[in-house]
Amino acid sequence: MITVRGLTKFFGDTPVLNGIDLDIEQGEIIVVIGPSGTGKSTLLRCINMLESPDQGHITLGGHHVDFDRVSNDDRLALRRKTAFVFQNYALFANKNALENVAERLIVVDGWPKAKAHARAGELLDRVGLNDKHTAYPAALSGGQQQRVGIARAMAANSDLILFDEPTSALDPEWVDEVLSVMKQLARERQTMLVVTHEMQFARDVADRVIFMSGGNIVEQGPPEALFSAPKDPRTRSFLRKVLGPQAASSE
Amino acid sequence: MQILDFGYMAELFPYLLGKLPITLGMASAGMLCALVLASGLAIVRVVQPPLVNGAAKLFISFFRGTPLLVQLFLFYYGLPQLIESLVKIDGVTATILGLTLHFSAYMAESIRAAIVGIDRSQTEAALSIGMTQSQLMRRIVLPQATRIAVPTLMNYFIDMIKSTSLAFTLGVTELMGATQKEASSSFLYFEAFLTVAVIYWVVVELLSRLQKLMERKLNKAYQR
Ligand SMILES: Nc1ncnc2c1ncn2[C@@H]1O[C@H](COP(=O)(O)OP(=O)(O)OP(=O)(O)O)[C@@H](O)[C@H]1O
Ligand SMILES: [Mg+2]
Repeated sequence: MITVRGLTKFFGDTPVLNGIDLDIEQGEIIVVIGPSGTGKSTLLRCINMLESPDQGHITLGGHHVDFDRVSNDDRLALRRKTAFVFQNYALFANKNALENVAERLIVVDGWPKAKAHARAGELLDRVGLNDKHTAYPAALSGGQQQRVGIARAMAANSDLILFDEPTSALDPEWVDEVLSVMKQLARERQTMLVVTHEMQFARDVADRVIFMSGGNIVEQGPPEALFSAPKDPRTRSFLRKVLGPQAASSE
Repeated sequence: MQILDFGYMAELFPYLLGKLPITLGMASAGMLCALVLASGLAIVRVVQPPLVNGAAKLFISFFRGTPLLVQLFLFYYGLPQLIESLVKIDGVTATILGLTLHFSAYMAESIRAAIVGIDRSQTEAALSIGMTQSQLMRRIVLPQATRIAVPTLMNYFIDMIKSTSLAFTLGVTELMGATQKEASSSFLYFEAFLTVAVIYWVVVELLSRLQKLMERKLNKAYQR
């Protein structure tokens, strides 16, 4: 179980996260939705320590970190227990698909190269890239790059994989192949925290949907409940916008 | 009466070629040392650790802001006056030292630009999988930055080869020094300096070709 308490983040004087509390069960699939600029990415980036939170604390994989006093070791520990899938894939341009996935195993976990490459190969096969092991990112489509990005995140055997709008930068034709890889991961009960605008994915896969607005968690619950009977007016208005008027009320 | 003494030039040519190793040796040594120093300076300028950053800025500003010849004289004539053990600093050492410091200041800026040019998302990806700053520099950023910086660095190497000619003012008998001596005993100045000019020209031309080849190869890297 992962516990986040009172996570607070300012950019300058502007509060972006106002004391987020979040519990994540092992194997739980959570989807985060909400309007632009409400701090969804910042929440994920704070858990991964790509941003430094100002207050609060987190317990993850037996490691407790107080955001008031974060040591370098805490930062590395949190990053090594989580994995991040970026909107723009962020693959290492100087490494081929296999090396991108194996990098962490070699550098962080100290695996011998041959073993790391063998494992990376298995992961690439699992995301359907059997024939692309030695391709560089520049030679891959967006969908293929993002699948390498997911394989890279899987390599860590993380307590939690964070997805920040993994399909938003993709041409529509590549969205499905990425979503289906994520669905497969969900079936294997990999703990996931996913920011996405793909509402169908949320309905099909999420155990829980979190609606964020203005740096707060406004409402959360199982997808059926949240989509069919949103309680907060902000949730209703957001869902009306993304689903159309009838979809938010009916079903 | 003939305009040029070709016979003299033909005689001088192989003799001067014999001095080419000194010229290229000083330039190569200077380049190697400058690469190391410039990489260090560039990383300091990117990471900006408080005190060291100021020192690096001052260093770069000074060695870019003063003529190489002045720097060479400072090391060769000036330093021994300050530090006893340097009394025997020879012309070759002083030249290599001068080339290193002078060119590292320029090269640091192009390496810095290349590092900054690597998009930030790759750095974040490296951090996100738990790499340390130095691991991500070594394994992700520097290899890509090198590729971007190589053509510019080659230009500096070419510039450095030509700059070794200043070593003759410190009494080093490299290409230029040797030519100067020959010319003042034969009085055939035009022939002598034309010969040495051709030698520099051919060397630089060969390196420019090499540079183009490398560029083409580097552009193809990471593509398939
Ligand atoms: N590095 C930064 N410096 C200053 N402000 C920032 C920075 N990153 C984000 N912000 C601001 O913080 C707020 C939350 O941003 P965040 O990216 O977390 O929103 P989001 O919910 O992910 O939005 P989107 O759906 O557009 O991705 C926004 O107002 C944004 O402008
Ligand atoms: Mg975002």
